[in-house]
Amino acid sequence: MKFRKYPFKKKVLVTLAHVFLAVLAFIWLVPIFWVILTSFRGTKGSYSSTFIPTSFTLDNYKKLFTDFSVFNFPQMLVNTFLIAIISCLISTFFVISVAFALSRLRFRSRKTIMDAAMIIKLFPGFMSMIAVYYIFKMFGWTNGPMLRVAMIAVYAGGAGTGYHIAKGFFDTIPYALDEAALLDGANKWLTMTKIIMPLSKPIIVYTLLTSFAGPFKDFMLAKVLAGPNKEYYTVAVGLYQMLDIEYIDQWFCSFAAGAVIISIPIAILFLKTQKYYVESVSGAIK
Amino acid sequence: MKARKEAFQTEYSFSRAIKEGSAVVKLSAVILGLGCLVRKQLVKGFMLLFTEILIIAFMLREGIFNLKKLITLGEVEQQKVWNEAKSIYEYVEGDRSLIILLYGIITLAIVLCTLILVRISVMNAFRAEKCVKNGKKPPSFYEEVRELFDKNLHKTLLFLPIAGVLIFTVLPLIFMMSMAFTNYSVENSKLVLFDWVGLRNFKNMISFGGSLGKTFWSVLGWTLVWAVAATFSNYILGILLAMFINWKEIRWQKFWRFCFVLTVAIPHFVSLLIIRQMLQPEGAVNILLRNIGFLGAKESLPFFTDVTWARVSVILINIWVGVPYTLLQVTGILQNIPGELYDAAKVDGAGPFMTFRKITLPYMLFVTMPSLITTFTGNVNNFNVIFLTSRGFPRAVESTAGKTDLLITWLYKLTIENQYFDIGAVIGIMTFVTLSIASLISFRLSGSYKNEEGFR
Repeated sequence: MKFRKYPFKKKVLVTLAHVFLAVLAFIWLVPIFWVILTSFRGTKGSYSSTFIPTSFTLDNYKKLFTDFSVFNFPQMLVNTFLIAIISCLISTFFVISVAFALSRLRFRSRKTIMDAAMIIKLFPGFMSMIAVYYIFKMFGWTNGPMLRVAMIAVYAGGAGTGYHIAKGFFDTIPYALDEAALLDGANKWLTMTKIIMPLSKPIIVYTLLTSFAGPFKDFMLAKVLAGPNKEYYTVAVGLYQMLDIEYIDQWFCSFAAGAVIISIPIAILFLKTQKYYVESVSGAIK
Repeated sequence: MKARKEAFQTEYSFSRAIKEGSAVVKLSAVILGLGCLVRKQLVKGFMLLFTEILIIAFMLREGIFNLKKLITLGEVEQQKVWNEAKSIYEYVEGDRSLIILLYGIITLAIVLCTLILVRISVMNAFRAEKCVKNGKKPPSFYEEVRELFDKNLHKTLLFLPIAGVLIFTVLPLIFMMSMAFTNYSVENSKLVLFDWVGLRNFKNMISFGGSLGKTFWSVLGWTLVWAVAATFSNYILGILLAMFINWKEIRWQKFWRFCFVLTVAIPHFVSLLIIRQMLQPEGAVNILLRNIGFLGAKESLPFFTDVTWARVSVILINIWVGVPYTLLQVTGILQNIPGELYDAAKVDGAGPFMTFRKITLPYMLFVTMPSLITTFTGNVNNFNVIFLTSRGFPRAVESTAGKTDLLITWLYKLTIENQYFDIGAVIGIMTFVTLSIASLISFRLSGSYKNEEGFR
């Protein structure tokens, strides 16, 4: 039935529903609009007396890439990139191996390993992080280049426990494929590399992308590990520091600019990969 | 459980190996790799033997010393010694308990590895012996490596990831947890040299009398209230929103969904910091309210300064953060609910509220229970939403924890900011206990965990 032909009462109801949705969407999008507006704001300072800026400029973006007096934003980007690339390769390798083994191989300690992973997940992840920090500090690795190794170790080292999404994917590949390959005389290694892996490209890409985005999104761990070593800041720590009372007046609009810069690629990555995320959480009984 | 054990039952078990094996098998427990060497599995035999020599050398040079010190955690204090020649005071390094603790734990881990190696050695010796008895040749090194890519592929695949988890997650966890039984804290300046104190910290923590106990129970209470409120508000509101957008009268459904999903795509710490900034006394929200005349020129709403306001604020912020996730997750499931159920309910005269309570919610709960539990766990440990917005404030002067602090942010403040490591470790353990109890109960209730293998 066309909207025009609806009875009056229903017309009002449907219109009201749309207005309501628009209000909700507005509430959800306000912070995003606001940060984009602020990143182009002409007046300095953390607070503005008007919600919508009075003048617009590109200086906040320029400042990020030219003013290195306090924060070296390009350096932070490079740091984050380095750490993200190495840790995403390692953790993808770990996650895919564990997920494959737990999903498609049957062995005695399988259930035990899954239970252990679940128990480890119940500890605040943060607790082992603090301990790692103090261990590295004891060896004198918290200032100097070893800091990068420390960050990679913490991001990727324990990645094996986060196998659930990939396992869910492997679970959906029919077991008959393995059986056919085994009948044809392939061993399990060949079955894995020649049959299952080519079918699993989406989940490998998903794992790579999500673990690549990790260091861009994480702020806690990098903050604790990097401490006062500015040259090893990742983007997240740097942006957080810009809101420090000391710097906020000078750097607030640049913070907004930096937030926009890193949010765009992360948002694109997420929108591209959300399908797998949705499948993994909604088909949760697996 | 039993069926699984039987399915993987082999004729080689450690107890049988010790009972039925020959003297060589038994000796393999002492001289690692002996059994392999006797059966001409040279590579493996020498590898085991070499490892054993390394371990023994380590234990003699450092290990035993480390373990001995672990008992007392060091006793020598740093001393000032008068140096006549230079006529200055010189500091003589004392024991450092933290290093002793770490090395002690690493040594214990090595001892544990040795026990595993002993088991491997004995089992291998027994297996080789069985092969010879049955008139077969024991597998060569080459054959065993090939097995690692076939029958034992799981060992190859899991070795590195598990080693990673053990070294970078489990070992640090044990290290941190052991601090709960010491007095490693800035209190009484026990930062260099500290002692084991048994369960004293736990007693202080759970006693209602002391100031620490009072803080603990109030923080635990708020953590649980927060976790329940945050989880269920997101869940219910997310489902309602998803149903609303799914309503057949709504145009541009994809566009509306996109609006909400966009907020998920932005890194959390960015959006949370932005919201924090917007809710400051001079922040954008107050400015906006002043501009439209809702507030006077100097007035502002106490988003993070009043206890009730702060608590409600963080829950609302969490709704802002979390509802789009639920929306993403449930949209597909909602469309899968069989339509006949709703038709039947309509015929029986059920109203919309009744259908939601009796059909939609139970169905959703059934399907999403496991992820709901994960969300609950995530909320108990939700560091970001609290730390990046209210920072745990407002805080009473005499307390170390603020009114919106969760156990996890309190843990952060105690350890990183104030160096009460012993109490921090106790809080970590308590968080674990809370979470275990909560998830155990919900797993029992849901039962979907048991059906993991059901579809195969």
